[in-house]
Amino acid sequence: MSLTRGSAVIVGAAESDIGAVAALMSPLDLMAQGIQRALEDAGLGLQDVDGLFCATTQARTSAMSLAEYLGLPDAYTDSTIVGGSSFEIHVAHAQAALQAGLCKVAVVTYGSTQRTVGRRAASAREYNPYETPFKPFLPASAYAMAASRHMYEFGTTREHLAEVAVAARDWALLNPAAWEKKPLSIADVLNARMISDPLTVRDCCLVTDGGGAIVLTTADRAKSLQKKPVYVLGCGQSITHASISSMPDLTHTGAIASGAQAYQAAGLKPSEIDVLALYDAFTINTILFLEDLGFCPKGEGGRFVEGGRIGPKGDLAVNTNGGGLSYCHPGMYGLFLLIEAVRQVRGECGARQVADVDTAIVHGNGGVLSAQATVILGGPATM
Amino acid sequence: MPPAAVSPLATYIQHLEKGELAYQVSPSSSQVVFYPRLVCPKTGAADLQWRVSKGLGTVHATTAVHPQQGAAYNVALIDVDEGFRLMSRVEDIEPTAVKIGQRVKFRVHPAEGDEPPYPVFTPAESAA
Repeated sequence: MSLTRGSAVIVGAAESDIGAVAALMSPLDLMAQGIQRALEDAGLGLQDVDGLFCATTQARTSAMSLAEYLGLPDAYTDSTIVGGSSFEIHVAHAQAALQAGLCKVAVVTYGSTQRTVGRRAASAREYNPYETPFKPFLPASAYAMAASRHMYEFGTTREHLAEVAVAARDWALLNPAAWEKKPLSIADVLNARMISDPLTVRDCCLVTDGGGAIVLTTADRAKSLQKKPVYVLGCGQSITHASISSMPDLTHTGAIASGAQAYQAAGLKPSEIDVLALYDAFTINTILFLEDLGFCPKGEGGRFVEGGRIGPKGDLAVNTNGGGLSYCHPGMYGLFLLIEAVRQVRGECGARQVADVDTAIVHGNGGVLSAQATVILGGPATM
Repeated sequence: MPPAAVSPLATYIQHLEKGELAYQVSPSSSQVVFYPRLVCPKTGAADLQWRVSKGLGTVHATTAVHPQQGAAYNVALIDVDEGFRLMSRVEDIEPTAVKIGQRVKFRVHPAEGDEPPYPVFTPAESAA
């Protein structure tokens, strides 16, 4: 049995508190808050939920903790964790569970207090005897080395990388929920503190708290609910490595495979996608994923983003919430990509709303360009 | 597969203690394997055999880490001539002067306290 196009529908989406949350909030508090808000958005209640899909680096057994917190002993659970793309994979798993009748209403949720407790405490890094002795500043150094290869092979420049950060910031200035509130220039990015050459602090994602949830149900059940349905049209995943030293090719990511799977399932091609939500943990990510998901040829990503092309005044709408670079990045950002894509398809994005959105591609990235997962979403016109 | 008397990592470290950079090959698939394992990736074959590298390679990717305190240092991925890639650093050169494509030569960074020896690289004498 394969996943059926549109068999699962996202009917609720919400952030928890994000940015800097109240003292002593737990990741589970943020999950619960996100779930409560997303259920309210959907017009459903906790008594309707019988599927829990969750991940956080701050709870070793997050599905167990969440079942306890919510008092849902009978829920179908899945706490697959492959870094920031975990939630895109949860969507595929939730679709499978809904289609198989294992649950009827699923929530996909995340919570992190990374800013409050510190990055090291929130996400302790495992010792790798083949990497740790060299003290790479992970994850930044891994992405920096991928950027070094992209620059070497294709002539990509630091200015190209900076274009990505500036576009994200320009979008963030249209999003009241975004962490960053001040304009950013190419020069600001280039002159910022170097972290891991060629990436400065402005090429790197934010370190914030945050969480949220989306609610999925079957296409039949969605018809009776209050919000415009957002259909799961296609999913894909590819996990090519865990450590950067084992990445098969530093300039070609698993997004090539995960994207191809999702496009095929959705019956869509890149030119038919209205809005893009690409996991921008670092500026090189956006360039790699624009290439690997077919929006420009391999190697052209740097030149493609020149002149604000992916910013609010450009011709391709990418990361309209401001992205992990300027809106919010609590460590595993993938859930926020889904929330923004849902809102764009629904037409709820206010000043940053893109006109006439029927389709959105959501691309999650986990680890160090390791776990790639793509979800294509569509409004009623796509069904 | 019989019980493992010595782990892949322990064997790798024993080679480093002798000044050797070791890697594995799978005769059944002709694959070169690094990091060391018990099972050959993709094929599942348990026929992995140890080899010792000549210790010459090429910088595949490089970065200079700029810590908030202390001097910048290099981290690089090295393509070793026998056909495997590993993380290391290039020493005896400014961290930002390390270039992709540069030829490099292996040496052992000796054990320090609890930390076992590990492989580092220096610019190769003759550019190849």
